[in-house]
Amino acid sequence: MRTEAKVGLGLLLTPLLLWLSLLIFIPHVDMFIVSLQERIGVGKYQTSLANYLTFFQEPLYLWTFLRTAVMSILATLMTLLIAFPVSYYIAKMVKGRLQSALFLMCLVPFWVSELVRTFGWMILLRETGIFSNLLQFVGLADGPVEMLYNDGAIMLGLVYTSMLFMVVPLVTTLESLPDEVIEAGYDLGGSGLSVLREIIIPHAMPGIVSGCIVVFMLSLGNYLTPTMLGGKESLWFTELIYSQFIVRFNWELGSAFGFMLLILSSAIVWGMLKLTGQSLEKTMG
Amino acid sequence: MIPSIPQSRFLTTAYAAYIVVFFVFLALPLLVVAGFAFNDSQFPSLPWEGFTWNWFFGDERPMIGVFHERSILRAIGTSILVAVLVSALAVAVGLSNAFLFNRYKFRGQGILYVLMLLPLVIPGIVLGISILVFSSRVANGLWDGYRIDIEALRPGLLLVILGQFSFITTIATLVIGARLQKFDRTLEEAALNLGAGRLVAIRTITLPYLAPAMVGAFVVSFLMSFENFNTTLMLVGSDAPLTIAMFDRLKEGSTPLLNAVSLLLMLGSSCLALIMIFFQKK
Repeated sequence: MRTEAKVGLGLLLTPLLLWLSLLIFIPHVDMFIVSLQERIGVGKYQTSLANYLTFFQEPLYLWTFLRTAVMSILATLMTLLIAFPVSYYIAKMVKGRLQSALFLMCLVPFWVSELVRTFGWMILLRETGIFSNLLQFVGLADGPVEMLYNDGAIMLGLVYTSMLFMVVPLVTTLESLPDEVIEAGYDLGGSGLSVLREIIIPHAMPGIVSGCIVVFMLSLGNYLTPTMLGGKESLWFTELIYSQFIVRFNWELGSAFGFMLLILSSAIVWGMLKLTGQSLEKTMG
Repeated sequence: MIPSIPQSRFLTTAYAAYIVVFFVFLALPLLVVAGFAFNDSQFPSLPWEGFTWNWFFGDERPMIGVFHERSILRAIGTSILVAVLVSALAVAVGLSNAFLFNRYKFRGQGILYVLMLLPLVIPGIVLGISILVFSSRVANGLWDGYRIDIEALRPGLLLVILGQFSFITTIATLVIGARLQKFDRTLEEAALNLGAGRLVAIRTITLPYLAPAMVGAFVVSFLMSFENFNTTLMLVGSDAPLTIAMFDRLKEGSTPLLNAVSLLLMLGSSCLALIMIFFQKK
């Protein structure tokens, strides 16, 4: 390699390496080290697995962890089921201006912050809210109905808030499937269902995987939606992390929680990639 | 199902109806938020007490509008400052990364590319606490060892900026990289043949070509920073950006003031979206 090229390579590598090492790699290693420290006196620490033992022995922590994982997976599946027909409609059923208009309309709600979207659902669902009043008006309910502060409201909020991240990759991959291929499927005697199963879904797989990964990540790491829409009983794992860090100031246990969340999300993302034979570069890049 | 293959009328109608229901579902929360910004009441809920502009322009209690509410205005200012700095940094580093992955072949490039993507699959709250833990330990170390107190390493705007930058850069890199991939390199070679130096060729040929992607990356970064909640929540100090300030108010109970702020946010981001579409068309 010529010297000029070497200098160029060095110059371009520097910001990348600084970013990845100082803001990603070292902080995570450091968080891991902190999570291995056990407080044994004032300002005295020793290395041990005590924080992880606390995590596994305290039912509330473990229960919240599993609950968060299961509900995130459910939210991801529901988002996929709702988004797939919509994406297919946008990608294949309509053309031209209507297509771009519908696609843009899918994007619009996500230009405003998650806080605003969650606030909207609070206004709709709460006891004095729109739905409650509507039900009373129609005569389906005798008094105010509280629809906020339960797991259903959390699920609704999660599905709503991550919809975009499912629709965009799905529309992109479905659009790249030529109409002729679908027609050929019908010509060869396929029914609607078999065409969907044998042609459309396999083709859309990269989009499905990348959408699912992002939606799952967003649900798992969400703090706002569970806090605002969930009730006293519906704890989310991120709320435990927040309370250890900010309220109780127990950073050692909080770091261990953070690390567990990281392991869970990495394991599920990795599993999803392996299961479908995709790679991170292909689905994200 | 595809338009060129005839289907039963019932199926196509049901499908179209589903799409309509979906878009109502998407629009409903936003319409409700926007509507109640004009409710002449202390609560953003029914009953409807009449139309008012007071939640925007009102200047006496109990209805102080957005434009007279100091704390909200300051939070908007903080958010804009953070978002501009984060986007500028992210676009600069993203541009450098795009060139690195597009123009050079070196050992470990594949691994580095995967590492570059990782911030997208780390939960935001974990990014936040890891940076919080690391910077606090550095600050404590400096204080214990050398009695130097660096305020910037404590929770505050610098950490918020770094925390948001740490994952937004990946997105900026992907947006700019995608366009650089489509660039016809013979154009650059032509410039070199005509006697331009390497840097001149890049400045006059490649960068103008990348400009729409850079504007796009800037706008996307700006919005992601402005809206970011999870990472910011862990790193925020005394001056809170807008999302955190609104969250604190929402926890105490909401007045239509928050609806008014939200409506302004919707208008602001729609304008940004239009700017971006305009630049993309060119």
